Amino acid sequence: MSYAKEELLAVTIARLIGDARHVAVGAASPIPATGAFLLKQKNPSLRISLLQKRSGNPFTEGSRELFDLAGQGRIDVFFLGGAQIDGEANINLVEAEGKRFPGSFGSAYMYFTAGKVILFREEHSPRVLVPKVDFISAPGWSPPEVQRRGGPAALLTGKALFQWQTEKRRFLLQSAHPGSSAADVRANTGFDYDAPATVPLTATPTDAELALIRGPVAHVIAENYPEFARRVWGAALAGLRPA
Amino acid sequence: MSDLPANETRFLADAEALAREIPDGASIGLPPDYSPVAMAVVRALVRRGAKNLKLIGVPVLGLCADILIGAGCVREVETSAVTLGEAGLAPRFTEAAEKKSIKVVDATCPMIHTGLQATEKGVPFMPLRGVLGSDLVRHHPDWKTIENPYAKGDPILLAKAIVPDVALFHARWADEAGNVWVGRRKELATIAHASRACYVSYEELKPGDMLEDELLAPGCIGSVYVTGVAPALRGAWPLGVPGAYGIDDAHLMHYARLAKTAAGFQQYLDEFVFKSVAA
Repeated sequence: MSYAKEELLAVTIARLIGDARHVAVGAASPIPATGAFLLKQKNPSLRISLLQKRSGNPFTEGSRELFDLAGQGRIDVFFLGGAQIDGEANINLVEAEGKRFPGSFGSAYMYFTAGKVILFREEHSPRVLVPKVDFISAPGWSPPEVQRRGGPAALLTGKALFQWQTEKRRFLLQSAHPGSSAADVRANTGFDYDAPATVPLTATPTDAELALIRGPVAHVIAENYPEFARRVWGAALAGLRPA
Repeated sequence: MSDLPANETRFLADAEALAREIPDGASIGLPPDYSPVAMAVVRALVRRGAKNLKLIGVPVLGLCADILIGAGCVREVETSAVTLGEAGLAPRFTEAAEKKSIKVVDATCPMIHTGLQATEKGVPFMPLRGVLGSDLVRHHPDWKTIENPYAKGDPILLAKAIVPDVALFHARWADEAGNVWVGRRKELATIAHASRACYVSYEELKPGDMLEDELLAPGCIGSVYVTGVAPALRGAWPLGVPGAYGIDDAHLMHYARLAKTAAGFQQYLDEFVFKSVAA
């Protein structure tokens, strides 16, 4: 069955989340949310906390509760992106080349306190994946004296999946998505990274996964990310009123 | 730290009257777009030509900040982000930050909460894990790293107590005793507790005292924190009030398109702020 790029990325995210018990999804992250809700279809006990959920939000102590939960170690997986991401997994959400971005949100805290962080950025270009970020919103690693529970686990882009190597402080190319290739990834990545001699293709969504995504998952996502749902699945499939 | 007042809530006529209470130059603690924002008061601040405001995002800002910045009411913003969510970048903030026509102090969400929580307790600072190694620490004027006095070789970051001059937000209900009900949106309580003055617009006035009702009381901010309230029906529009009405997504997209240029933003102000149009 043919699939949208967003669906490939969501399926990959579901695999990266793995056997976590509690996933939290921050602002403006419809693809990570789609991946988490797909995984929940297979593993109903997975707890998903959507930070910006419009109704039935899981928090009763206001917007600080997510951070307090993370500080206590109750969040296993979180997602972060960046206007720039560098080869040491530092992320920049503030400014680059004179351009201003929204800001760091909770990244400087969540990167330390969540059990593991999946870095996600659809655009895969030398402009985004840079040798060194212009501003460190949140560092990819910390010296040994700094208390840090978690850190990067992987970097997923529109072209490839990288694994983070904690000891080497370097990314390892794990797979290239269909339509891309090892050479294409190398040409479009501004930082240096390790790669195996033969780079496999990222596993594509199965028909069963696509059926789940376009059924129950699309409905949940449409409640919280209506514009995204409309774009990827169309109003009818997402259970939305026509625009 | 200076004393914060025990208030006796004043009942003001409307959003305009509330906006007149907020002086030029004030620092204002504001909630994000998903928490009820006093948009009717924000529009009234633009109409009265407020100047030199400092906006503090608790912990991030959205539409209200973009409008106040675009209208020239703002000298400084301290926040963890300014965003219009699915409608994209906040265009007036982005341009002002790039042209350096406003000062931007970048923070990260839990440091803002922690600074306000220090004020809630009346202590000068409070520690928070994480953040070390971020350039935010180098740039922020009020954050300091110390050694954990209870353990060796354990650096930890301190948030200086944040005391906004004004807390400003919208509530579903106020009551005759001067309490306001915000439900689970407890960041509003944190802002109210930590600010020198607290102004709240509300949807409806309830008779009596909500603190007498065991079901409503946990969602209330007691009148001791509330300086003044004023009615504003659909006062959060085009943002929402959880449980009452949702965010007007189409309006936000319309705003985001118009506000890309100074001329488009002026057109938006003419239509939706100066003409005082309700939804």
